[in-house]
Amino acid sequence: MKHTVVALVEDRPGVLNRVASLFRRRGFNIDSLAVGTTEQRGISRMTIVLDGADGIVEQVEKQLYKLIDVVKVSDLTKEEAVIRELALIKVRCSPEQRREILDLVDIFRAQAVDVSPTSLMLQITAATETLDAFIENLRPYGIREMVRTGRIAVTRGARATAVHEREAAPAERFHEQAGRRPEEDALPYVSK
Amino acid sequence: MTKMSGADIVLESLKRLGVDVVFGYPGGVVLPLYDRWPSHPEVRHILVRHEQGGGHAADGYARATGKLGVALATSGPGATNLVTAITNAMMDSVPTLFITGNVARNLLGRDGFQEADITGITMPIVKHNYLVMRPEDLAYTFAEAAHIATTGRKGPVHIDIPKDVFIEEAEFEWPSEVTIRGYRPVSRGNPAQVKRAAAMIDAAERSIIFAGHGIILGGAAEELRSFAEKTGTPILNTLLGLGSIDPGHVLAYGMMGMHGSYWANHAASNADVIIALGMRMDDRALGRFEDMNPTAKIVHIDIDPAEHNKNIMATVPIVGDVKEVLPQLTEAVQSNSHVEWLRWIDRLRVDHKSSMSVPDGTALTTQYVCTRIAEAAGPEAVITTGVGQHQMWAAQFMNISRPHQLITSGGLGTMGFEVPAAMGAQVACPDRTVWTICGDGGFQMTFQEIATMVDERLPVKMAIMNNGYLGMVRQWQELIYQDNYVSVAMSQPDFVKLAEAYGIKGILVTDQSQVDDAIAEAHAHDGPVLIDFRVEAEGNVWPMVPAGASLSETVESPDEVDALLGRPPKAVPTRTGAAR
Ligand SMILES: Cc1ncc(C[n+]2csc(CCOP(=O)(O)OP(=O)(O)O)c2C)c(N)n1
Ligand SMILES: [Mg+2]
Repeated sequence: MKHTVVALVEDRPGVLNRVASLFRRRGFNIDSLAVGTTEQRGISRMTIVLDGADGIVEQVEKQLYKLIDVVKVSDLTKEEAVIRELALIKVRCSPEQRREILDLVDIFRAQAVDVSPTSLMLQITAATETLDAFIENLRPYGIREMVRTGRIAVTRGARATAVHEREAAPAERFHEQAGRRPEEDALPYVSK
Repeated sequence: MTKMSGADIVLESLKRLGVDVVFGYPGGVVLPLYDRWPSHPEVRHILVRHEQGGGHAADGYARATGKLGVALATSGPGATNLVTAITNAMMDSVPTLFITGNVARNLLGRDGFQEADITGITMPIVKHNYLVMRPEDLAYTFAEAAHIATTGRKGPVHIDIPKDVFIEEAEFEWPSEVTIRGYRPVSRGNPAQVKRAAAMIDAAERSIIFAGHGIILGGAAEELRSFAEKTGTPILNTLLGLGSIDPGHVLAYGMMGMHGSYWANHAASNADVIIALGMRMDDRALGRFEDMNPTAKIVHIDIDPAEHNKNIMATVPIVGDVKEVLPQLTEAVQSNSHVEWLRWIDRLRVDHKSSMSVPDGTALTTQYVCTRIAEAAGPEAVITTGVGQHQMWAAQFMNISRPHQLITSGGLGTMGFEVPAAMGAQVACPDRTVWTICGDGGFQMTFQEIATMVDERLPVKMAIMNNGYLGMVRQWQELIYQDNYVSVAMSQPDFVKLAEAYGIKGILVTDQSQVDDAIAEAHAHDGPVLIDFRVEAEGNVWPMVPAGASLSETVESPDEVDALLGRPPKAVPTRTGAAR
């Protein structure tokens, strides 16, 4: 399952290296990573999309917390969140095809940002699935160049992922009994 | 406030941190620091013979006392020589500070002479690291680094300092307090979790404690004993947990794991509730994870939340310092006793004692030598070991009964740790006898530090268990690779002559009857001593949990190894001298 993990980190040289090194070392796979500044000076926000079971993501979170430069980590996957990604797509386009493609642009609420006699550059900001669908619709025309930013996400409502907020004790999130088999009686020692 | 050079700030900071000794090795970029050293005589500089030795000495120093150990190296090769020592300290959570110089700021990143990207190299093997680019940041960085190294889950911190930062001047401003927003170790256990753990422990019929290095690092041996006594719970130790309880205590059942005892491994495998304390569920202690007592409920108390559910799922994980959580738990549990359970383990111990005992007879064995040294030196001595068979035998037979008594490389398994770690321990504990139980292989990796011992008058007693083999590798080749010995036999120098070359006392022991005299002679001598014990060449460490097997598959003989690996037993006993 895909998880969207947000890490608030100290804006210091090397911090991206630390995070990347941790993922490499522990064999966690990053689908996408977006880094940018936040409302707070000195704090950067990393939005990491990764694929893995819940247990793996729990380890990722805890390993991230061990980095001194990581101030806060939260998994937005199970939260109500606005998740967006931006893409710039340069698609092959003759003047005759332009209308057709611009119809697609309308349907997906994308924008045309540059035009040439043989191509059109489109910009779209949307949830990942919408973006995927838009790209699939453009493929038949021929995509010449494309870039995606990777996901960014913010939870809905007033609650914020920010460093000043008190977080719940990590211990409370740990699960019970997961993965352990029920007791059997076939033990060499039974006291009753 | 006073303006001073970066070099003075570094030394002043070390003083403020209470650092009284640095194991160091000079070179071009740290010369500005050395130049200022004579003005700071409170910080003793010990010139080692190799940076790895300096690093392990800092590690041994820290483990012997619990205080911060500090090592220093120059840029490039000096810094890369520290890497093994840093990793070793990381794997065993040892509070250490590693300082390196680097090329001047304007040369960083230009591949100049002796530039190594050492902060890039150490990033995955430290708790935290810094490249300090301004002298005004030095004091705070040192305060922060020491705070990080010595609190929470302890570990190595590395500070890299470009040459001109040592030279440039800045105001010296020592922070009154360190706060790091991304670093807030939890020390008290969550009360709700403690309550759940207590209920589980109260309901247990066959509870067991796994006591790890955390008990020693956290200074919680007393807390462990009180908890175990109130609940009547037997205690097993991981290798690094040895010393957290006196082996003479009625509830102490010794070491578990790959070369733990049969009864310990079976007690671990048959418990209904496991209480894991300050240990990180390592494969060498637990065997194959999936089959490590899969029906037991597990209470796992560790200061590092990432250790919970990393290798083994915990039923009740508690994040916190064992020193604080154990009293909480002791308060919450009911008094209990588990007589039948203890009797069951006792019976196993009686029945299987022979697979973990000193061989009878007059052969000169490592096992025998270890018992004799332990007895003569007593529990107040410090013992370091290398890695291999001798390490396991030292752990099995040296009666480790107090915290900080045994200093051994558990996590990284670093051969060559023994001699420099002993040197560091002797610096830390000038009034204690320090013995190092060395492998003939490991000794030859780092014995250059004898010269440092001579210079610094460190009377370390070195006992080489000279079996002419990389013994542990030979054991695996014999038992698992069917006697296919490849590159394990080694010729040795004349160790006594080597001792003499360094101007220290050397003693050769070839027969069991000479052992006690040699030990007494070493104790009587006030300088370093090296004893070459020509021990039995092909003894094996028993019992054994072959890599990949589970604790319940602990084997006690070569035939059992064959059976476990699905091979027919050998027709003829192959080698004479092997403990078959
Ligand atoms: C630096 C290093 N290299 C290799 C190994 C692999 N290794 C583990 S035990 C061992 C043999 C150790 O031989 P020795 O020091 O003579 O001790 P013995 O087992 O004979 O007691 C080796 C090579 C290691 N642990 N550390
Ligand atoms: Mg050997």
